[in-house]
Amino acid sequence: MAEAQPRVGGGTSALSCGELSVGYGEHVVIKTLSIGFLPGQWTSIVGPNGCGKSTLLRALAGLEPARSGTIYLQDRALASWPRRARARRIAWLAQTSAISDLTAAEVVGLGRFAHSGWLAHRQAADEAAMYRAMMATGSFAWAHRRMSTLSGGERQRVHLARTLAVEASVMLLDEPTTHLDPPHQEDIVRLLREQARGCGVSVVSAIHDLSLALAADRIVVLGYRGLVGHGTIAEALAGDWLSAAFETPVNVIEHRGAYLWRPSLEAPSAAGAPAQPGIER
Amino acid sequence: MSATPTLPLDLGIGPRAARARRRLLVWVLCCLAITLLLAFGSLIVGTSSIETSLGWLLRPDAEASVVLWQIRLPRTLGAWLAGALLGLAGGIAQGVFRNPLAEPYLLGTASGAALGVTITLIAADASFEGLVWAARLGVTGAACLGAAGATLLTVSLSRGVLQTRSLLLSGVVVAFLLGSITQLLLLSRPEIWRTMQSFLFGSTGFLSWSSAELLGGALCVSIVPALLLARGLDALTLGEDTAQSLGLSLPLLRLALLGIVSIASATAVGQVGVVGFVGLIAPHIVRETLSVNHRQLLIGAPLCGGALLQAADLLSRWVIRPSELPVGAVTACLGGSYLIFLLWRRNRRG
Repeated sequence: MAEAQPRVGGGTSALSCGELSVGYGEHVVIKTLSIGFLPGQWTSIVGPNGCGKSTLLRALAGLEPARSGTIYLQDRALASWPRRARARRIAWLAQTSAISDLTAAEVVGLGRFAHSGWLAHRQAADEAAMYRAMMATGSFAWAHRRMSTLSGGERQRVHLARTLAVEASVMLLDEPTTHLDPPHQEDIVRLLREQARGCGVSVVSAIHDLSLALAADRIVVLGYRGLVGHGTIAEALAGDWLSAAFETPVNVIEHRGAYLWRPSLEAPSAAGAPAQPGIER
Repeated sequence: MSATPTLPLDLGIGPRAARARRRLLVWVLCCLAITLLLAFGSLIVGTSSIETSLGWLLRPDAEASVVLWQIRLPRTLGAWLAGALLGLAGGIAQGVFRNPLAEPYLLGTASGAALGVTITLIAADASFEGLVWAARLGVTGAACLGAAGATLLTVSLSRGVLQTRSLLLSGVVVAFLLGSITQLLLLSRPEIWRTMQSFLFGSTGFLSWSSAELLGGALCVSIVPALLLARGLDALTLGEDTAQSLGLSLPLLRLALLGIVSIASATAVGQVGVVGFVGLIAPHIVRETLSVNHRQLLIGAPLCGGALLQAADLLSRWVIRPSELPVGAVTACLGGSYLIFLLWRRNRRG
């Protein structure tokens, strides 16, 4: 597993946005959103399909231009960072990655691009970072296999290793647990938590599985009409933000300190919501 | 948790990497050996009525020496260089467009070059001033100018190089547009048609030492930056957004790479005409025989493209000797059959 490397100090946000609006064409997806992501904390972004989770992550990574508002990386406007310096500080994992013919090790090596540059002259530090990342994601065994010969879950772990190998102070992950079987989902969630708590990384992830998303330190709940709430998991559950965001009752059970989403199998009654949405103990 | 072992990843060093390097070396040596064999064949086969044998090659008389030095050698070398340029351009184009069917003429270079040559020939035919102007420009200059114009037209139609799809579409539109203008011009001037034929089918018959020099220069100018940018092409295989998030400037990378594609394909078209399939097939052959990243691909594709065009050139002179087939027809046959082979094998694998 990766050694603990303190990266970002201080109490100010590693990454934050103020009055951020992002949209495509006439459609404004994110409206005047202001959030900060602290170093050493893992934040989950939760919300229904199409509410702008991916768009927010893309905007925070600098891949989607902001309509208005500013994004700050370590108290400096994101746009004013040099490209390579920014890429060393923010690692981004796409929801779906194209299948390439490179080997897994070559893909992970690309995570060191911002460090090693065009000539790909890898230093010992680059190799060590790649090794740590591949061991942490359990993808070392197929380091020399082509990506096109790997299964979806194996590929996802290689891409995760690529984002880890950047050794960035901010990790933006769009659906990091897709294509993974439950034990590996568990590994990834543990890994994210450790990156945040052990290495001081500011981890921001959008995860569909609510039980996994609720394992984070903080949560950003987005609804169709914008931000529902931003705070700790306990605050979110106490305020029943999830039901508000999904516009349907969402049942969450607390079990031995973990929050679990309990799917409701009865058809929702026409008269109104079933009794007692929100948290059960 | 686990201690870092002495050989952490076996990536740049270690037996696996050494094996990969050795495989690449053997591949390159095989390619060079085939190239030399083909070059040797090209030197002894030809339309000339002089005796073609090994002895002739070793002890040429005065007339044979002229044929050898002034016709066959520049032709052989030029064919290899043009093929190498097309292979390189094809390898880059397939990487930039992230499409295995991309080819060097995708930006409209071929049709632009054809139109340039047609206009020059018509101008030379029409008036004395036109003839002087055409003589100064030459077929090569006209082709390069036309190719450059077509590339600019494609890029400006798609409003830059950022949108892959609109760039592809503009390339197709420009190719059809300029192609139809060429056809119309040729219809109005049937006497130029025969001259144009050799250009449109591709021909290695006009290659001289000066054209070999030009092709060699273009290859040097384009292969060095291409190899330096190869890692960007690797990053592009993961998707454009991911590449950007890794710290690449997508607009600059694409502009530089497409610039190389235009220079390489325009120079090749200017010297040997519209030779199809070499740029499409060469990168595929490399990928089939040597699983590669882009740096290795951009070394392999020119070697492969060069050998391919040489082979096609040799075949075009040998099949119906003492007369010649247009080399573009031969490359189309070779390339087409190879694509059918790939398709057949893929179907059989299920």
